[in-house]
Amino acid sequence: MSKLTPVLSAHWDQPDSFTIEAYTRNGGYTASKKALAMDPDAVIQMVKDSGLRGRGGAGFPTGMKWGFIPQGDDKDHYLVVNADESEPGTCKDTPLLMANPHVLIEGCIIACHAIRAKHAFIYIRGEVTHVVRRVNAAIADAYKAGHLGNGIELTLHIGAGAYICGEETALLDSLEGFRGQPRLRPPFPAIAGLYARPTVVNNVESISAVPAIINNGAEWYQSMGTEKSKGATLYSLSGHVNNPGQFEAPLGITLREILELAGGIRNGHKLKFWTPGGSSTPLFTDEHLDTPLDYEGVAAAGSMLGTKALQIFDETTCVVRAVLRWTEFYKHESCGKCTPCREGTWWLVQILRDLENGTGTEADLEKLLDLCDNIMGRSFCALGDGATSPITSSIKYFRDEYIAHVTNGACPFDPVKSTLFAGAVN
Amino acid sequence: MTLDRDLMQTIIKRYPRSRSAIMPLLHYVQSVSGYVTNDGIETISELLEIETAEVSAVATFYTQYKRKPVGEYHVGVCTNTLCAVMGGDAIFAALKDHLGVENDGVTADGKVSLEHIECNAACDYAPVVMANWEFYDNQTVESAKALVDGARAGNPPAPTRGPNRLVTYKEASAVLAGLDDGLAREGVQAGEATLLGLKLSKEGK
Repeated sequence: MSKLTPVLSAHWDQPDSFTIEAYTRNGGYTASKKALAMDPDAVIQMVKDSGLRGRGGAGFPTGMKWGFIPQGDDKDHYLVVNADESEPGTCKDTPLLMANPHVLIEGCIIACHAIRAKHAFIYIRGEVTHVVRRVNAAIADAYKAGHLGNGIELTLHIGAGAYICGEETALLDSLEGFRGQPRLRPPFPAIAGLYARPTVVNNVESISAVPAIINNGAEWYQSMGTEKSKGATLYSLSGHVNNPGQFEAPLGITLREILELAGGIRNGHKLKFWTPGGSSTPLFTDEHLDTPLDYEGVAAAGSMLGTKALQIFDETTCVVRAVLRWTEFYKHESCGKCTPCREGTWWLVQILRDLENGTGTEADLEKLLDLCDNIMGRSFCALGDGATSPITSSIKYFRDEYIAHVTNGACPFDPVKSTLFAGAVN
Repeated sequence: MTLDRDLMQTIIKRYPRSRSAIMPLLHYVQSVSGYVTNDGIETISELLEIETAEVSAVATFYTQYKRKPVGEYHVGVCTNTLCAVMGGDAIFAALKDHLGVENDGVTADGKVSLEHIECNAACDYAPVVMANWEFYDNQTVESAKALVDGARAGNPPAPTRGPNRLVTYKEASAVLAGLDDGLAREGVQAGEATLLGLKLSKEGK
């Protein structure tokens, strides 16, 4: 029996899978019909019972989040879908929306009913023109078919290139027409979110998981996964592997199992380091091939499941170069609101550049760790925290490689060997 | 081309509060002018009844809003870690050399501009190049050169996962303003990497 459990991806191989005709043919828009006939609290309970947790990185229980929305408060409520997929390595929501935008729309209808919202927004990143076309066309078709517009409005909002807008409160500021900068919490979005109204912000994959839960039941969903990490999810495998791609599997599968399916590390090479959930999650090495990829398993091994973005690097890759590049990314994307992140990421880059080009010193490693200590947990949002993850974890596992740069006075690696077009050894 | 204020009003009406329309309006200005002009900022400020400084503050925060003209085909090479390691750095260096421009530069004929970009959510297709924010997957130095050469000659190759032809920067900006260009049904529903897990499960693996 296959270790994979395609649910979200089940019909992606149909050439017209993104159309309303295909979605309806495959059983789409039956779950929303069913849910709209249910008491909203029963829908929330069902999502709670399913064990579904946020697929955007934090893993917060989705049903519980919905339950935080105050009821009978006479205020407008909003659902906001976070489709600002930008975490390095993360590439699951984008292909999902290209292949099947209607499952998200149906999920929005169900979620709006559950939290008593009349207006939902999908905040999609702006650097994916064709995905924007597909989602916009799907929304128009859902209006024409009467799935939207009868009490539930859905607006597509298109971003403009800011990683920080994937942070939920920065996303809300951006959606309100401001620079995307995180807000101080509390108040949390459930109390004062979009336009200071009770708001649920959920990831694309979380909301898209809901129609199948409604149709198949909480018990079905519970039957997949591990004790505290229920259900199936999209694992995105990229980098130095023979066959990169999307793998929808029960939570708790291991990298070793996924690599077996993907034909392993590219021929003639071996695994050096990898991220379990994007660049903001501490690096793993070949010691972690059998770590269960669920929320608890990854945390127990010292990292985070994050977005399940498995970026694989083989032995040709210089870890200092990799970490420098991620750090440059965080410096560029820091919104500037909080000093530790804004200034700290700038200094991290300066020190890492010296280390990478061989002009650093061993004392720079301690300086890096001290800076990380002063960034971690000291800002409004987790961007700065994320910036420290690759640094502290790489020094933990590859201190010798940093020192080799210092001793050599240069990077000991040949970047050509890491490229895809350098090819496999045999 | 001049800004269509009626169309801008329809964009504003998508939202419960007008200020939320600032981002699609800025994309719309780029669809008309190719970049965010002072005139565009003033028009948005008038329509939303906010200060021009507030519009500028937003326009300068987001990297997709350009304060000077980009090329008809704006090419972004992903040089975030994974793509960089897999070949993005080599592609970016080769394109700079080939086009004779630096990062954020535009060719003298105004056809192609070049920018190094951050992770574009297509890591399973690394190395990735974007042109007018359409996907060019699994690129090599040669294929990326062919892309920009085609763009300069007015016949760029079609995106890997996108419509049957590469639209211009202005046309793409209109899509990002939420306007329908009728091309949503063109192109593949998914690439090979997207379908890998599904294919394997159907083979019982």
